[in-house]
Amino acid sequence: MSSENIHTLVVPKILNGTVIDHIPAGRALDILKVLNITGGEGWRIAVLLNVESKKLGRKDIIKIERRKLTSAEVNVIALIAPTATINIIENFVVVEKFKVNVPEVIEGVIRCPNPTCISNKEREPVKSRFRTLSKDQLIFRCEYCSTIVTRDDILKLIIR
Amino acid sequence: MFYSLQIVALDLGIKMITSFKNRDVVSILDFTREELETLFEYADKFRKVEGKLNLLNGKVVSLAFFEPSTRTRLSFEVAAKRLGADVVSIIGEEASSIAKGENLADTIRMLDAYSNIIILRHRYEGAAKYAAEIAENPVINAGDGIQHHPTQAMIDLYTVKTLFGSIDGLVYVVLGDLRYGRAAMSFIYGLSLYKPKKLYVVAPQLLRIRNEVLQILKERGLPIEEKNDVREIISEADVLYVTRIQRERFPDPMEYEKVRGSYIVTLDLLEKGKSTLKVLHPLPKVDEIDHKVDTSRYAAYYLQARLGVPVRMSLLSLVSGVEI
Ligand SMILES: [Zn+2]
Repeated sequence: MSSENIHTLVVPKILNGTVIDHIPAGRALDILKVLNITGGEGWRIAVLLNVESKKLGRKDIIKIERRKLTSAEVNVIALIAPTATINIIENFVVVEKFKVNVPEVIEGVIRCPNPTCISNKEREPVKSRFRTLSKDQLIFRCEYCSTIVTRDDILKLIIR
Repeated sequence: MFYSLQIVALDLGIKMITSFKNRDVVSILDFTREELETLFEYADKFRKVEGKLNLLNGKVVSLAFFEPSTRTRLSFEVAAKRLGADVVSIIGEEASSIAKGENLADTIRMLDAYSNIIILRHRYEGAAKYAAEIAENPVINAGDGIQHHPTQAMIDLYTVKTLFGSIDGLVYVVLGDLRYGRAAMSFIYGLSLYKPKKLYVVAPQLLRIRNEVLQILKERGLPIEEKNDVREIISEADVLYVTRIQRERFPDPMEYEKVRGSYIVTLDLLEKGKSTLKVLHPLPKVDEIDHKVDTSRYAAYYLQARLGVPVRMSLLSLVSGVEI
């Protein structure tokens, strides 16, 4: 059965909102976490885990009714799920579709794991800043202290 | 933080673009070898003049040392004064009480208002870069945590050039604390701008160079190799760069006890090397070099210390846009 069929069979199409597709399998729940979506918001949310995908083998999908994502949120998703595509739905129709993009510079999104990095200094009006060294492998370097952060570190470093 | 390109006609009649004027000095990696050559030409000239010059008359240089340092601070102070600049400083008790009272950003804004150049030493990595983002006037990094010490690297490279006539083509051994030692790492970064024949790094197990840094250096084309024992490679070396173990950086004093005294450079060791071998050390040294080495033909660290002032005079002049 193709994933397209699964969509229509299992989950009704949404009227207005966002579909995050092509999430690497197993990462959908992390995305909900960083978007601070708990289910208590009252929106209809569908989370599909480990569905078949031509591109990825297996993938996750999230459908959120009503909620639109800010560009900062889209950037955070890129750090967890660089293959994700975002579909904006209005009146059951996809009005906009784009791939997330790992930015060259990531500001104020993840904190530096080095406790003596200036970006972690108390009372200092400073935002963390990382430069992307590899978009494919998700490797980032702190612009202040040069500490390297990789894919596996991201989730626990996200600033909420 | 703003810097302009300046065209300088050199004696050779070649027009060279230098980008020193108003430039922040955060990391040695921000510089090209051509820029360092210009710096070294200046240093050659400053070495030959004595007494006070008036190249920086009317300028104020501020020294903000939030970590104790005697050598680096004095060397900057002498360099600034010999160029005719006035010097204001925040050091010692005063620095620690300021650090408790206000954030670094506000301190930098104050110094930026009073002075033309800010020289900063701080225990946080990235402090100088951050200060440079805040200040309009140039910021010179005199050491940020365990990360960079670019002016020390400039002095070290200049010392090699003075001794051997060239920085390229030599075999280097860097021995010491490559985890917390910013001087050793800055020297290694500096060498990555040149073409050393070989660079061996030797460190106690707990103080080895961080893997990601080693990778980046290899990718930059530096012929760097880790060794466990300096005796294996001493016969190849032209330059042996030794650093002390940075006791103050250890999160746990027990860790320090495990590595202290784990290497010592003796005359015995050096006599297994080339007769032209030179030992460098950013000083202060503790007990990693036997005192008998101090008066031997191998010791180049007192020369290295003396070259601190002319190199820093050169940097202050270039950053101020002074031509000599
Ligand atoms: Zn950092």
